[in-house]
Amino acid sequence: MDKNKKNVQDLKDVTIRFAGDSGDGMQLTGTQFSNTTAIVGNDLNTFPDYPAEIRAPAGTLYGVSGFQLHFSSSSIHTPGDSPDILIAMNPAALKINLKDVKKNAIIIINSDSFDGKNLKTAHYDSNPLEDGSLDGYQTFKVPITTLTANTLKDSKLSTKEVTRSKNFFALGLMYWMFNRPIEPTIEWLNSKFGKKPDILDANLKVLKAGYYFGETAELFTTRFSVAPAKLPKGTYKSISGNEATAIGLVAASELSGLPIFLGTYPITPASDILHYLSTYKNFGVKTFQAEDEISGVTAAIGAAYGGSLAITTTSGPGMALKTEAIGLAVITELPLVIINVQRGGPSTGLPTKTEQSDLLQAIYGRNGESPVCVIAASTPVDCFYMAIEAARLATKFMTPVVLLTDGFIANGSEPWRIPHVDELNKFEVKFETNPEGFYPYNRNDLLSRPWVKPGTPGLEHRIGGLEKANIFGNVSYDSENHHLMCNLRAQKIKNIQNEIPDAEVIGEHKGDLLVIGWGGTYGAITEAVANVRAQGVKVSQVHLKYLNPMPKNLGDILKGFKNVLVPELNLGQLSKILRIEYLVKTISYSKLKGLPFKSIELQNKILEIVGGGNGK
Amino acid sequence: MENKIDVAEVKLTAKDFSSDQDVRWCPGCGDYSILAQVQRTLPDIGKKKEDIVVVSGIGCSSRFPYYMNTYGFHSIHGRAPAIATGLKVARPELSVWVATGDGDLMSIGGNHFIHACRKNVDLKVLLFNNRIYGLTKGQYSPTSEKGKITKSSPYGSVDYPFNPLSLALGSDATFVARSIDREPKHLQEMIKRAAEHKGLAFIEIFQNCNIFNDGAYSHLTEKETKMDNVLVLEHKKPMLFGKNKEKGIKFDGFTPVVISLEDGKNSINDVMIHDEFDSNPIRAFILAHMTDDPALPTPIGIFRQILKETYGGGVQRQIDEVTEKKGKGNLEKLLFSGNTWVVD
Repeated sequence: MDKNKKNVQDLKDVTIRFAGDSGDGMQLTGTQFSNTTAIVGNDLNTFPDYPAEIRAPAGTLYGVSGFQLHFSSSSIHTPGDSPDILIAMNPAALKINLKDVKKNAIIIINSDSFDGKNLKTAHYDSNPLEDGSLDGYQTFKVPITTLTANTLKDSKLSTKEVTRSKNFFALGLMYWMFNRPIEPTIEWLNSKFGKKPDILDANLKVLKAGYYFGETAELFTTRFSVAPAKLPKGTYKSISGNEATAIGLVAASELSGLPIFLGTYPITPASDILHYLSTYKNFGVKTFQAEDEISGVTAAIGAAYGGSLAITTTSGPGMALKTEAIGLAVITELPLVIINVQRGGPSTGLPTKTEQSDLLQAIYGRNGESPVCVIAASTPVDCFYMAIEAARLATKFMTPVVLLTDGFIANGSEPWRIPHVDELNKFEVKFETNPEGFYPYNRNDLLSRPWVKPGTPGLEHRIGGLEKANIFGNVSYDSENHHLMCNLRAQKIKNIQNEIPDAEVIGEHKGDLLVIGWGGTYGAITEAVANVRAQGVKVSQVHLKYLNPMPKNLGDILKGFKNVLVPELNLGQLSKILRIEYLVKTISYSKLKGLPFKSIELQNKILEIVGGGNGK
Repeated sequence: MENKIDVAEVKLTAKDFSSDQDVRWCPGCGDYSILAQVQRTLPDIGKKKEDIVVVSGIGCSSRFPYYMNTYGFHSIHGRAPAIATGLKVARPELSVWVATGDGDLMSIGGNHFIHACRKNVDLKVLLFNNRIYGLTKGQYSPTSEKGKITKSSPYGSVDYPFNPLSLALGSDATFVARSIDREPKHLQEMIKRAAEHKGLAFIEIFQNCNIFNDGAYSHLTEKETKMDNVLVLEHKKPMLFGKNKEKGIKFDGFTPVVISLEDGKNSINDVMIHDEFDSNPIRAFILAHMTDDPALPTPIGIFRQILKETYGGGVQRQIDEVTEKKGKGNLEKLLFSGNTWVVD
């Protein structure tokens, strides 16, 4: 370090993107860098972006996997619009990602991979390292494959295994460049590969080699420092939306006193919730990996009938398959938490990419008048709290509750100030046990019917998908009764309005422009609104987490604004609902690219509407 | 593995299992007999009434739960085995029954059925097989014979039918039996044996739909013909049938053949002995496929019964093992686990 003294430059925030083949371990590299960055105390936000192919043919454009990470010394809400630094492990990764990076960005390239075959596979006619394509960027060509091989020349590992560990070289180099400790990753490697000493040893060596390469090679003259963010006091950890959802469900189980039953079928990007929950067996969690999506939801309905906190998890196509069963839960008025981690549709669509296009499906997508409660999480951490909320509303109102998250917040992560259990509100559930005056559809003040566990003596009764007589619960084809029951079920869902918080307005309560969003676009919209407000533009923001019913005060809020901008990762689904429900004119701003909004896109749209001329 | 049922404290009767709802099946329907035999048998299975749940799908047979004064769930088409699975896994102490038909279980619910069998979920599945769609008014079903003329197959069905027992055996169901709506004693016995079985118990019940498929099983139910056409399987007993038990089934390799005990060529020693507990499923398959050959009698009884860990048992065992190893889950610890850091 003494002989090669390097400059240290302080930065406020940085966006890095790791990109390589889907088999190059970019997701792992990004996750390790994120975890270490979290421990260092930066605020951060991540965006894993990977292809649907597990191991696409090497070097192809469609096989490129990326992991973007934004970290800062202050509070941030997005994974960053454009990377300051790109690590490109092969020509395809460079080609796919170069268009996104900032001008004068640092590009670190595994130069070994820029050979004829890989260039051709990536559809490069000439070598971008030599033809001037990278003029205007700070390019560092590092022979990562060779340096990794040299580091491991005495190893017993096969050439394939040696090559595979090259991502740790890149990770080590980034740790050096951003002044991060390598110890957390060393610890992780020890716990992961403790039983495979050869692989452990190789990865440790390569990680350190990458780190020391930064220090000793004369290639790099500057390293960077990003000071810890000033976050509220507390104990933190970095958490992804799917993990937060799973832990939130375990918390809901404890807070309600109900055992968890998850009936589900693996589907991207929701499967991780199953993976996490299946490890919590000592919490009494029962996970049922069903034969199909329909069995997943119907098994959950069976468990709900039995008195469990019943959950089914899925993504768009699975949601479509569950439709009929959700209707059954509506008419039998059983509590059921349905989690849809949205992805690009229709049909199989874009399995690994994010979208918000299942809102109308969640609210309306069933036969008959079939109202359900629909809520949405806005950030990875919020998934924890909204999972608890879904369970609370489902059991209190004896109804299915759809919790919408999306691929972006499900896989993305951010620091979480961990709450203590006693900071969370209990919602203990009581089952009906008294035979006196018992009828299955005798409703309480909220219009919820009693929940009876089979096994309770004297309360034997039958429920089912046929219309039931009000109060008594026997099969009824009576026309007046059906009309009444449809209204009762609808009113019950409307009554949830009294249980949910009012919508909060950020900024003035009246004005020219309100930006209203829902779900996972919270970060980008919040950042965009904050940025234009910092420029003195008067614009307000509402972010919805309750979609059906919507907060009571929303109608009044909407009336206070001349324009209502609704940015969504769909073709204007919330926008349509607002128009129908509140008779307001909305401006829909859509994006369907399998990617989250960039805050700059939203800023430009806002400025266009308020006539700010984009500051020009 | 123990396969005994508990003893009931209070003796209930069939009447206790009858709900206050009017039964709305067509007069003469075979479902009435099945309902009666279930109501007669349940008092003897050692379960409290409140611990019994009947789950059904859609179809005539699926109205069954409404007529039972137990807990009941009339669900959606084909999904009864999945709903019952969720209920049974969540509440292992309950006795969970599935009432279903050939359309419900073999067609739209086929997938759930084979997987419930495969997983050995501790359910009692009663298949009301009338080989026709009744509730939708008479289309051919997945168990209708090829060439059957129905409303949706005016020129004859071109489908090959499922053999429900073979499907169950092929899905490794641990208890596979058959009975007939018109054989009340036999049916009661099968229901009782199914109730005693720990694991998935499947009973195919030949049931007459007197409106859309009348007489589908008349050769097995009419006095003049049934003795020559029905082979009652009994454990450790030779496979004999006929008015005077004068005919037997001999296995010629893998092929069952009818032999006469009166022609002097064969003796009782040539007749196959039935073994319900045979660990090898081959003989049960052969018996299940005897209906393929019109020259052979149709077996009823328990084709096969084996014991292995139930799905719910496995789930609970894992929970116990992991809890033993890791200690009972502590939410506070879970929240604060992993790589944490403190901001002061």
